[in-house]
Amino acid sequence: MIQTPISRTPELRKDLALIADMIEPGARVLDIGCGEGELLSYLFEAKGIDARGIELSQAGVNLCVSQGLSVVQGDADTDLINYPEKGFDVVILSQTIQATQKPHIVLEQMLRIGHKIIISIPNFGYWRVRLQLLFNGTMPMTKSLPESWYETPNIHFCTIRDFENLCSNLDVTVEKQLAVDSRGYSKLISSSRLLMNFFGEKAVFVLTRDAGG
Amino acid sequence: MVKTIKNKEKPGQSRADTSVASNSAVMEFAADEPLKLDCGKEISPLKIAYQTYGTLNEARSNAILVCHALTGDQHVASEHPETGRPGWWTAMIGPGKSVDTDRYFVICSNVIGGCMGSTGPSTINSDTGTPYGLQLPVITIADMVRAQAMLLGKLEIPDLFCVIGGSMGGMQVLQWAVDYPDRVFAAVPIATAARHTSQNIAFHEVGRQAIMADNDWLGGDYLKHETNPRKGLAVARMTAHITYLSGEALHQKFGRNLQNRAALTYGFDADFQVESYLRYQGSTFVDRFDANSYLYMTRAMDYFDLAGDHGGILANAFKGTFARFCIVSFTSDWLFPTQGNREIVHALNAVGANVSFVEVETDKGHDSFLLDTPEMFATISGFMSAAARKRGLD
Repeated sequence: MIQTPISRTPELRKDLALIADMIEPGARVLDIGCGEGELLSYLFEAKGIDARGIELSQAGVNLCVSQGLSVVQGDADTDLINYPEKGFDVVILSQTIQATQKPHIVLEQMLRIGHKIIISIPNFGYWRVRLQLLFNGTMPMTKSLPESWYETPNIHFCTIRDFENLCSNLDVTVEKQLAVDSRGYSKLISSSRLLMNFFGEKAVFVLTRDAGG
Repeated sequence: MVKTIKNKEKPGQSRADTSVASNSAVMEFAADEPLKLDCGKEISPLKIAYQTYGTLNEARSNAILVCHALTGDQHVASEHPETGRPGWWTAMIGPGKSVDTDRYFVICSNVIGGCMGSTGPSTINSDTGTPYGLQLPVITIADMVRAQAMLLGKLEIPDLFCVIGGSMGGMQVLQWAVDYPDRVFAAVPIATAARHTSQNIAFHEVGRQAIMADNDWLGGDYLKHETNPRKGLAVARMTAHITYLSGEALHQKFGRNLQNRAALTYGFDADFQVESYLRYQGSTFVDRFDANSYLYMTRAMDYFDLAGDHGGILANAFKGTFARFCIVSFTSDWLFPTQGNREIVHALNAVGANVSFVEVETDKGHDSFLLDTPEMFATISGFMSAAARKRGLD
């Protein structure tokens, strides 16, 4: 049952704020895995963007729609096929690709329906994650990955380097790449890729594919 | 132009000409303003009975059309003149409600083919001086919508802020968005489908056969002979009523409880509460509904197939729509299941339309859209407010 809409903290989650900064006013935006609509609300309030969302959880969808956001209940694995080619300027997938059945197909679909793709991923190469596995010998749990192995929806973890490799295999152009550390400090991954794969808790990628690519 | 007439009817009597509009306003269209039907024929003169709530703003931009379901009528938010019961959607529509009559001008008209004052099979055919009966051409959902558009024309409402309805009402909402894409700002189809399924048609056929098998139906001419196929219509209603509820809802309400008795009677009286309940539903329905109208309404739904009208591809139907959509389905609705609603969502996505889609968890079945369903209200309130903001109505 829907409660009164929760009051939004004025501060947007760090990786979402990074994403929002990359979106031009007036852009046609699809947010896949939009959760409770934090980014959609922010885009509307701050930039006047009437963005669309897809969310798997029914509770999330209902909360979004009751706040006036345009959100449909749907599954990134199966429902993107219904969207038209290049129907959006920007397609966003934040902290969701690790929960999809076929991440590479989802990525292909996103490239088909959007001109520009913004993806944020939890980095399994993050040092705390590495250390937990190394020293505790247990599946890592962190602030951004809080569920135990047996109840997590995240079935396809990757590191920043893994994701780079996927992009390369899929012939995708990485326009921009940012890593976010635990304090939300972001930095372009460039020369210090090794360090970012170590210190980045999350990463944000901006991807495009040239026509015919 | 607008008449107010009370309709008094005694139970057991056949329904007289229902031009008596049961305290509704009636818009009359003269012989030179016929309603053109999908079947190629025309109806004239034409009458449309309707109710309005709230106030039309100066810009005439806050009108909401409510489309009623199979056995609904125009008494959406005010007392029904025959049953004395509250309007069928008072939970949704009224001052401060999800469809807020303090902000919007709400119109609901009795569909063509109905029996609450709009032209239907019980209306006197001006050519013969007797009730149409089955001489009335078969009506489609698009015909109903065309008639509503004619009504809005007379009311000088250029376009609608919103069209909303459930079940057959939802079909009309979809038809509005398809046929008048530039006259619908927001569309809320609830618990509906873009086409009637084989199973839906099958249930309707059972209902129709029950009516037509009643000796009092007389080939549809029962009004001329002052009879009424009460038993047939009651059975049709009983069957349909089961499809509006979920098995779980029936079980919770009645289980295998016995009706005013301690033991089975080893006979065919209504031993079980559920039997008694259905018999009651059937008998009260007959007092307020016309059997031939039931045939026409069910036929209109059976013929509904938006994709079929557009080369078999549903998305093609929605090309050119500007409306914002909010689609609502219910988990326990097996008559218009979520999958059928989702197909509409997918088609709208395919043409890049602005669409929201909510599946509400409830065990109340198809009828959930008529009941106190807080999650549906929250959804529609939020959608309406956002749409009103977009429309500049705040």
